[in-house]
Amino acid sequence: MGFLADFFSGMGANLALGFSQAVTLDNLFYCFVGVLLGTAIGVLPGLGPIATIALLLPITFKLDPVSALIMLSGIYYGAQYGGSTTAILINLPGETSSVVTAIDGHQMAKKGKAGLALFTSAVGSFFAGTVATFLIVGFAPLLASAALKFSPADYFSLMVMGFVAAVVLAQGSLVKAMAMIVLGLLISMVGPSESGAPRFTFDNPEFFDGFDFVALSMGIFGIGEIIRNLEDDTKREAIKSKFFDLIPTKAELKEMIPPILRGTTVGSVLGILPGGGAILGAFAAYSLEKRLSKTPQDFGKGKLAGVAAPESANNAGAQVSFIPMLTLGIPSNPVMALMLGALIIHRIVPGPTLVTDRPELFWGVVSSMWIGNFMLLVLNLPLIGMWVKFLTIPYRLLFPGIVTICCIGVYSVSNNPFDVHTMAACGVIGYVLFKLECEPAPLLLGFVIGRLMEQYFTRAMQLSFGDATVFVREPISASLLAVSAIALVLVLLPAIRKKREEAFAE
Amino acid sequence: MRKWLIAGAGILALGISGASAQNFPTRSVTMMIPFAAGGPTDTVGRLVAESMSKSLGQQVIVENAAGAGGTRAPGLVVKAAPDGYTILLHHIGMSTAPTLYRKLAYNVLNDFEFVGLVTDAPMSLIARPGLEAKDLKGVLEYIAKTKEKTSYANAGIGSASHLCGMLLQAAVKQQFNTINFNGTGPAMTDILGDRVDLMCDQTTNTTGQIKGGKVKAYGVTTKTRVKSLPDLPTLDQAGLKGFEVAVWHGIYAPKGTPKEVVAKLTQALQAALKDPKVIQAFAELGTEPVPQDQATGAALQAKLKAEIEKWRPLIQAAGQFAD
Repeated sequence: MGFLADFFSGMGANLALGFSQAVTLDNLFYCFVGVLLGTAIGVLPGLGPIATIALLLPITFKLDPVSALIMLSGIYYGAQYGGSTTAILINLPGETSSVVTAIDGHQMAKKGKAGLALFTSAVGSFFAGTVATFLIVGFAPLLASAALKFSPADYFSLMVMGFVAAVVLAQGSLVKAMAMIVLGLLISMVGPSESGAPRFTFDNPEFFDGFDFVALSMGIFGIGEIIRNLEDDTKREAIKSKFFDLIPTKAELKEMIPPILRGTTVGSVLGILPGGGAILGAFAAYSLEKRLSKTPQDFGKGKLAGVAAPESANNAGAQVSFIPMLTLGIPSNPVMALMLGALIIHRIVPGPTLVTDRPELFWGVVSSMWIGNFMLLVLNLPLIGMWVKFLTIPYRLLFPGIVTICCIGVYSVSNNPFDVHTMAACGVIGYVLFKLECEPAPLLLGFVIGRLMEQYFTRAMQLSFGDATVFVREPISASLLAVSAIALVLVLLPAIRKKREEAFAE
Repeated sequence: MRKWLIAGAGILALGISGASAQNFPTRSVTMMIPFAAGGPTDTVGRLVAESMSKSLGQQVIVENAAGAGGTRAPGLVVKAAPDGYTILLHHIGMSTAPTLYRKLAYNVLNDFEFVGLVTDAPMSLIARPGLEAKDLKGVLEYIAKTKEKTSYANAGIGSASHLCGMLLQAAVKQQFNTINFNGTGPAMTDILGDRVDLMCDQTTNTTGQIKGGKVKAYGVTTKTRVKSLPDLPTLDQAGLKGFEVAVWHGIYAPKGTPKEVVAKLTQALQAALKDPKVIQAFAELGTEPVPQDQATGAALQAKLKAEIEKWRPLIQAAGQFAD
């Protein structure tokens, strides 16, 4: 008991220090600027936190490091909030995580429930953000050292589980879903192999780094969707939403709470892993909901849980991924790497001693995250009405703007015009896939996971000197593989498949 | 008449270009960095760019054009107008690219004007926390015992840690089990997790872990000790005689940039390297500016030539190609 009392009083002192840092007029202002900017770039398709933070780096040199980091992290998690808005309204996911939100979110919008979908996403994100902040406050160092135990073999098996989840994700034909996953995997093979040698590049230097995820997803989802809408303009008229439908009924509230709780859990657990766990959060949460649901056939047709779970998972993962950066000095994604760079320019060397050397920085930033999440909720709820009104703009006026912003956004990722060309080509592919009734989400998942899976496979094999039994010898890896195998058998069992086909037949 | 007109126009054009070279710069200058924002090279570039802005009287804007192992940005700079408004800051990779890439779209020695050297960033040899060796001697014994099963992490083909690894393997005459990561972060994760034995990376990336006691550290790769890590000997002192490698940085302009413009850029670079703010920030990164006589085009050109020759046999012996 004494230990617990110490733990809470220690936590209280830390939080007091944190809030004393975060709740100054200056830092509240920078936090607000951060989340506002984050929301804006999240909403604008293609523009992402990486380009924005890189652009703002010079400005942060003049700020106090605490303020700088508060603002930059605000941009990061603000963008996670904003990213779902375009996914829901115009089926345009700008971030990996909102690919899943687009599936059911956009269907809800088409049914006139855009307001409810946005409300669910905002509330789910806020709840997940709050939980994740407390996880960081209470257990950051503990969780970080646990995450280090995850070996390349374990990551490989986690990615295998991701693949199984991708199969579950599919709504239509199982064969088509698998074909899409494999296609995604093949696209991910373009670029440098693990030994550094280029593959499938046809000696064209533009292919040396492989394809960019943002360009691929904007093209297949966003531009593909635009071509589709232009073909049949009458469909757009169906999306009209009244402002007040954002307030959920009691039944809807009851329906969204369990998925939010489960999504937060899944997102937090995966988000701790620095090697790309956060990417899987939204996918895993969605697949879990679909498995647990009594009416899995409703997923993909505008199911509330299909928005609540991935959105919570996504935001929990975004916040929790600060743990490896702040406690170990290891960036878990390019945005974190940028923030580390910002610290270095402020002459703070990030590393395991940051928490003890600069407690005001660590606790200040953590406290500001909760404040920022609250600001986002207050900021986003009134905005929902505005976003929904946005849909009433005639499509012929709306789409040129979307296309332009998509081009700027994709270009800004690495200042490379080739990415814009990729997006254009993928737009056509996305349209063709739609005509063939193939779903794009498994393709994108295959693309993201394929690359990581190969990396971890190569690394694990290298570290074991070519001994493949490493995947079943290591306990974490073995259990993940076992779970995947069971899930796969369940999906592939002929009896179940028959039932599935009946349920999913168009 | 026509001839006269053309000649007149020519003289006029010369006059204008002469004048614009004298007035340089009249608008912002773009400094291309071949790596992502936030990395060590980007940090060096931004610090220098900020100070150069002050002496040039125009903003020097950093633009990150990462890709193709750091060969995309030079390719873009070569194609830019040779007027001094597009310059390149690149590191040691400039000298290894001609060997690593057999189909490079530019010639590093012939397609650039040389502004000057910037800094020599030190690297340090670290190991997983569970490695028993207490000093470099212990590491050498471990390598002799473990042989090709000694694992070495790097941040990708052509990265500074990859180059240091090649030099290390040549020095100890032992091939390692080299594992390529995409970036220092993932590589450091497997060092901290006690799964990969060794890594030699820029001090910017390792200092935090070394000071936090989370990794073993055996020495720095420069000729002299590093001020931010006073307890670490140089690898040369610790037993690897003559082992020396630094991540040197230089600034380049496209071939054909007017001499006056290059001279102005060199002056601005020299001023930046005297700027106390830059010196102090460099010190925190474990590095210091090159002496003023090195921050010249001639010094950079000579360094580049020497380094190409230094790395070519090493890379060829390792059979490493990136394309």
